[in-house]
Amino acid sequence: MSNIPENLRYTSSHEWVSEEDGVYTVGLTDFAQDSLGDLVFINLPQEGDEVVAGEAFCDVESVKAVSDVFSPVSGTVVEVNEELADAPELINDDPYGAWIVRVGEVAEVEDLLDAEGYAAVCESEA
Amino acid sequence: MKLLFERSTPGHAHTILPELDVDMPALPEGAARGQRPHLPELAEIELGRHYTELAKQTHGVNDGFYPLGSCTMKYNPRVNEQAAALAGFADIHPLQPACTVQGALGVMAETADALAEICGMDAVTLQPAAGAHGEYTGLLLIRAYHLERGDTARTKIIVPDSAHGTNPASAVMAGFTVVSVPSNAQGGVDLDALRAAVGPDTAGLMLTNPNTLGLFDPNILEICRIVHEAGGLCYYDGANLNAVMGHARPGDMGFDCVHVNLHKTFSTPHGGGGPGSGPVGCKAFLSRYLPGPIVRKGEQGYELFKPEKSVGRVRSFHGNFLVVVRALTYITMLGAEGLPEASAHAVLNANYLMKRLEGSWFVPYGELCMHEFVIDVAPLKAETGVSAMDVAKRMLDFGIHPPTMYFPLIVHEALMVEPTETESKAELDAFIEIMDRIWQEAHEDGARLHEAPLACAIGRPDEVGAARNPHLRYEFGDLS
Repeated sequence: MSNIPENLRYTSSHEWVSEEDGVYTVGLTDFAQDSLGDLVFINLPQEGDEVVAGEAFCDVESVKAVSDVFSPVSGTVVEVNEELADAPELINDDPYGAWIVRVGEVAEVEDLLDAEGYAAVCESEA
Repeated sequence: MKLLFERSTPGHAHTILPELDVDMPALPEGAARGQRPHLPELAEIELGRHYTELAKQTHGVNDGFYPLGSCTMKYNPRVNEQAAALAGFADIHPLQPACTVQGALGVMAETADALAEICGMDAVTLQPAAGAHGEYTGLLLIRAYHLERGDTARTKIIVPDSAHGTNPASAVMAGFTVVSVPSNAQGGVDLDALRAAVGPDTAGLMLTNPNTLGLFDPNILEICRIVHEAGGLCYYDGANLNAVMGHARPGDMGFDCVHVNLHKTFSTPHGGGGPGSGPVGCKAFLSRYLPGPIVRKGEQGYELFKPEKSVGRVRSFHGNFLVVVRALTYITMLGAEGLPEASAHAVLNANYLMKRLEGSWFVPYGELCMHEFVIDVAPLKAETGVSAMDVAKRMLDFGIHPPTMYFPLIVHEALMVEPTETESKAELDAFIEIMDRIWQEAHEDGARLHEAPLACAIGRPDEVGAARNPHLRYEFGDLS
């Protein structure tokens, strides 16, 4: 069973979100990294990019597939985890530590799932 | 095995040249290399052995069963090679005057006509060098059509979530943004989602039919109507044409342009670089945008012309011409009776395999398939820990090229099986026996299959390591 921390919020497209002082941190869930397998490349957005809730802002590549990462919020990228560019495997090693972006000036937030709701999504896809 | 550089011995060569008996002119200052290039030195026999050893490590359709879904690894008849080797095709140059290569131009014109007839299109370019190149070319036609009408708002291409990955990639290459529509419970396009996705920004739809689940979409006429009514055009990804060749035509389904893969449907070499060929056909209203030059019959015989509003060349000269010769040979040998028969056998073979396997293996969307079907290994994995990767690797031990894995993406542990029409029932039965055996092994000792293949020279190359830390050139070490 994949790890789904209680203190985070989730999307049905397998991103996790945490919010602090209006800044939203976004990453990929344990379920997502496990389904994708070993990541070998990440196409990161840039600081200052506008992201739109429900639209792709980043993509990740494993030996199995290339997948879009969808933004749970609309806003502006204020910080990018550049460390991932050289080491996408950090997402495999520690999905909830290896955040991808922080988004500020948030205008819209998708309806997010709590841990229980997200566990049900994973259950249905397993 | 040793690489060419490691087989090299100073002084070994193919050809013994006579002693140089003229003065060696000095090169101009700065034109000479600072260092001799690293070229391997081998005699012809050493070179021959090197490539023969390489050839022994490969697996092709001449070695055994090759059910690589979506790729249509059918047998390549030898007569194709005989035709392509004719001096009138092999020993000519694309810059020769048209009057000296009438036969070759005739092959191009006849192939274009035959493909147009098979696809229900009006005009065809033979330039694109592969399927994705064809997609890109078709999208350029769609783009040119909208732009010429001054309709610059049509920036989006709709692609179903079961599509070949090349579809969204080609759309982005052609300057569009991609909108993905989900599949319905039957594995076809979700019509409501499609209706919600189309609008004044829709440039077109890209669809393969039958789709990557091997299913013919029964709503195809409605799908094309929805897109057309919104003002978009419909592009047919011909990767799966082998299922319907001579039975149904993309043009009659409502598509405006298509590509076909000669290296799949029309039995030209595939894999190891082919080279491929992805001709693009279109309806008459798009033909003025086609890449040029195109062959037509004039008063003085065949001639080349550039369509009026051509998007320009997409490939040097006339594409992979000798591949076109092979495809025309195939089309001519099979004829109007043989082509649909080939498709019918491809579909029959796939259904036979699917029905025989689905007793134990799980086949989602398993009613009736076209030329291929998808096994989902997820239930077996949940029960025994054996994944699609493990099953595929174990097949190598039995001399079988594994099916396509982990695609389409909507089936998580997918094995996509496409036997093609050129396999006999005995060959299919042998495959079923092997699959039964792997099924048993998974239940008896699943952990052992994580180690598969057990008898191959190379088992599980480190794909992750190769992708993360690629070594792109040979390291000469002390030699430099």
